[in-house]
Amino acid sequence: MYIIVVGGGKVGYYLTKTLVNEGYEVFLIEKNPVKVQLYRDRFGAIVMQGDGAEVATLAAAGAGRADVVIAVTGDDEDNLVICQVARERFGVRRTIARVNNPKNEELFRRLGIDVTVSQTNVILSLIEQQIPERPFVHLLALRHADLAIVEAKVAAESPVVHQPIWQLPLPPESIITAILRRGELIIPTGQTVIEPGDELIIVTKQQREAELRELLCVPATR
Amino acid sequence: MKIIIVGCGRVGAKLASDFAEEGHQVSVVDQRQTAFRRLPSGFRGQLVLGTGIDEDVLRNAGIQQADVFIAVTENDNTNIMAAQIAQVIYRVPKVILRIYDPDRAEIYRELGLTVICPTRTVAEMIEHAVRDQVVPTEPS
Repeated sequence: MYIIVVGGGKVGYYLTKTLVNEGYEVFLIEKNPVKVQLYRDRFGAIVMQGDGAEVATLAAAGAGRADVVIAVTGDDEDNLVICQVARERFGVRRTIARVNNPKNEELFRRLGIDVTVSQTNVILSLIEQQIPERPFVHLLALRHADLAIVEAKVAAESPVVHQPIWQLPLPPESIITAILRRGELIIPTGQTVIEPGDELIIVTKQQREAELRELLCVPATR
Repeated sequence: MKIIIVGCGRVGAKLASDFAEEGHQVSVVDQRQTAFRRLPSGFRGQLVLGTGIDEDVLRNAGIQQADVFIAVTENDNTNIMAAQIAQVIYRVPKVILRIYDPDRAEIYRELGLTVICPTRTVAEMIEHAVRDQVVPTEPS
């Protein structure tokens, strides 16, 4: 798999380093010649000086055969254009943009960027996962499949308590993939019985989230 | 008409002052207060301080009621993002942007935006002028 990273700040640097160590073919584009020299000493010839929003730069980086382009500069407008140029000119199938202003996540999706990564929202969701009184946490959204992964803490009053999974009135297109019970991870089967306080990891369609919340966390929403 | 102009450089200020003179309702957005000095002293339009790629700023400028949206900052990518917010999210009927880079200009033209590329236009005008001067047209 060939991956082009645009933007050699801290995110771009560590991303490149990690991807190289994982064995991927990686190419890093950075504007600042001083940084480029520094990174060349570390990574060799896979670093190039240039503006990743320019067609000529992306062409020189071999964007035509790239499987993924990841734009992680500090400017949202640059990340947007880098991804759009990669897709429109070079037919890159998967484009990933870092979003500095979390308000732009939705916008980028509507403008055709496959995946957005917002540090602000990531940190926010980590905080939410640490707050016990939030019984329903959205962990991850995968746009293409319209898929979401959520974590729900089962309320004692929920109708699912003491029921085996095969009997649960779960909304369609929802699967309980894991249960955290008193610190133990359980991979459930249809016979697994739900206990109050269980934390369920559920793969579901995004439009089913509200129904799940109703079913599993009833008292918290009232 | 309600016209929003993002970027109060020479071009933005000229457009703002012309349209305001014609009686249109003009809002000018720029992130530098000093940029507004380019506007004529009697300018009657709205001045909005902020970046044109922030939806809150654009709403302050009245994007929901805008008939025309013009993005002419010095930064191609800022213009591209601002114009797409206006066209895709707010469905402003007429969206025009400046892109200096001819390659990017072509890409976004293909994506349905109304793009003015001064680099290409000026180069063509100069080439035209040079040919007119140096290479005489063939006698008919």
